[in-house]
Amino acid sequence: MVDRRDERPPTEETGTSRRSFLSRLWLGLGGLALAEYVWLMVEFLRPRPDPAEAAGVLVAGPVEQFELDSVTAFPAGRFYLTRLADGGFLAVSRECTHLGCTVPWMADEGRFVCPCHSSAYDIRGDVLSPPAPRALDIHPVRIENGIVKVDTGRTLKRRYFEASQVARA
Amino acid sequence: MARDRHAKGPEAEEEADGSSGSPPGLPSRLWRSIFRTPLTPRTERERKRVVLNHLVLHMRPVRVPERTIPFRHTFGLGGMSATLVGLLILTGVLLMFVYEPSPDRAYGSIEALRRNVRFGGLVRNVHHWSANLLVFVAFLHLLRTFFTGAFHGARQFNWVIGVLLLIVVLAANFTGYLLPWDQLSFWAITIVTGMLGYLPVIGEGVIRLARGGTEIGSATLINFYTFHTTVIPVTIVGLMAFHFWRVRKAGGVVIPREPADDPADKPATVLFVPSLLMREFVTGLLLVAAVMVLAVALDAGLGAPANPGMSPNPAKAPWYFLGLQELLLHFHPTWAVVILPGLALLGLLAIPYLRYDPPMEGAWFVSETGRSLAVAGALAAVALTPLWVLLDEYVIDWSGWLGGLPPGLSEGLVPAVVALGIIWAVIRLAGRQYGGNRQETLQAAFAFLATALVILTAVGVWFRGEGMALGWPWTP
Ligand code: HEM
Ligand code: HEM
Ligand code: FES
Repeated sequence: MVDRRDERPPTEETGTSRRSFLSRLWLGLGGLALAEYVWLMVEFLRPRPDPAEAAGVLVAGPVEQFELDSVTAFPAGRFYLTRLADGGFLAVSRECTHLGCTVPWMADEGRFVCPCHSSAYDIRGDVLSPPAPRALDIHPVRIENGIVKVDTGRTLKRRYFEASQVARA
Repeated sequence: MARDRHAKGPEAEEEADGSSGSPPGLPSRLWRSIFRTPLTPRTERERKRVVLNHLVLHMRPVRVPERTIPFRHTFGLGGMSATLVGLLILTGVLLMFVYEPSPDRAYGSIEALRRNVRFGGLVRNVHHWSANLLVFVAFLHLLRTFFTGAFHGARQFNWVIGVLLLIVVLAANFTGYLLPWDQLSFWAITIVTGMLGYLPVIGEGVIRLARGGTEIGSATLINFYTFHTTVIPVTIVGLMAFHFWRVRKAGGVVIPREPADDPADKPATVLFVPSLLMREFVTGLLLVAAVMVLAVALDAGLGAPANPGMSPNPAKAPWYFLGLQELLLHFHPTWAVVILPGLALLGLLAIPYLRYDPPMEGAWFVSETGRSLAVAGALAAVALTPLWVLLDEYVIDWSGWLGGLPPGLSEGLVPAVVALGIIWAVIRLAGRQYGGNRQETLQAAFAFLATALVILTAVGVWFRGEGMALGWPWTP
């Protein structure tokens, strides 16, 4: 025989614990819906592909067009094509590595000087004076059949100038 | 939902109509169905009831402690912040009718607003000045709540909500700053988003997210515009409702006391209507009038259109971030942009949760000792902050002196430890002079840091010229 006294009647606790489990589930689902909205917002804010960046390769011109030890601005590609004294090419970004101002080339001083907080860079983009923490970014340069091409879709960060960064005909 | 126990009172149920005689006509019945209590209450009973039965006023208490009423207790600074937010919303909506958020049209639409829309320039000026005043007033409000010790007990979390409000107000100002799309706004946003690049590891990604790409362009503008006109205002209004509700739940603002008063005394109360309501209303009206005068007298200005190819010299962040930009001239970027502001924010949030022995609220500066300590902290900052700026500019050369160390140490950790050491020494010295418990001592540190921030900001605004070199404001 079953002792009925041992069989515990459904107490308030078991009742509420099932109910509280369910309500917690509902609450959790509501929270999930909210989180999904936040996720959606992040997806909408994610940078969309930039056509200028995707465009990629910019044809700068024939090698002979650029004098030794010269700097030519390419405003459309937001960079300078510099030809070093030894004939090598570098495509130097115009964006200051300190906080992102646009650095002009000071031809008479032979260096880039940032107007915002006076960082200075040499013709290779190496830092001459701070606050800039590192050399100007570069874009890969290719020379095909005597034509200089710059891949503006790719930006290479660097700490210092190194000889391996230079493209040669 | 928390049920308001006052609203359940029998008074709320019955009609506000005590008259007898001929039944009222339709217009008057219609009026009473909308406004169940007279709008200009005359009897005490009506004054209580108007608070309970009114959608907006029911957030406010029926009675308030009499001693909290005088203007110089809160200086009305919280109410002024709320008034300015109201002005910003009203004028912002008007601006939205004219403003076009695309790089090609933004600048032109503001020009057209100034030229072709009657009162267009004025409304823009009101928006501009309210926004800048709001930062200033909210900062003063923060000082008021700190130095009257209004962050203990029931008010702990309201301090945190206040800090969140301050952050959102800065975000509103910052996103608004880009919208005119002139040289000033373009390069200020460039610089401040550039600072994000110094966040370790995630910096690059955060910049791209903030700018909507690698450069500031149409994606940046539309993102900023949307945040500025939807997400941020809704957040501010929501936080403000939370903030006010917490003030009410704490039994109104902190009750002013002399240090000697017995905290157990029950304060005498007065009716909210009209004692406090009229004061708030008058303060708000006077502020609106003052903003109007400012907007007529001083034009917000519009520089040359944004030109991504040419940075102006110098390029400065908006004024409320110039303290940060000034730090950047003295500390390694990771320290200036991430570690020091992060520590400051953590410290600010921690203030209500420190252990105080005992927590003191209501008296300005806690006590005479507390006042002396706060003054000592502020004066020390007045002396030492400019000295630090000058020495660092002309004498100190951390990386030169500590040649071997990486810049994160020589220009970050070392100067930071030196600066914090100096502050610590100041507090110890002041403590030796005046004594003081923890809350009083904290006031010395807080006064020092708040004053230093004000001075660094002033240096950034007035004493930094071309190439961010130091100079006098009157010699261009
Ligand atoms: C706390 C709230 C707000 C702050 C601090 C704020 C701040 C600013 C600032 C600093 C500007 C730049 C004005 C200038 O100097 O030219 C601005 C512009 C603008 N704001 Fe707001 N704003 C706020 C709320 C709003 C709201 C609620 C709206 C619309 C619903 C709005 C719409 C606009 C528009 C359309 C502009 C562009 C027009 C212009 O630049 O003059 N703002 N805001
Ligand atoms: C948009 C920004 C803000 C608005 C509209 C606002 C509004 C208010 C109002 C109306 C009050 C009632 C008492 C008074 O006027 O002083 C108040 C109290 C308070 N606020 Fe704010 N506030 C803002 C920002 C802040 C900030 C930045 C802080 C500090 C971190 C803060 C902390 C507090 C505290 C602790 C109280 C309680 C004061 C007491 O009980 O005496 N609030 N606020
Ligand atoms: S952005 Fe070029 S030096 Fe600061």
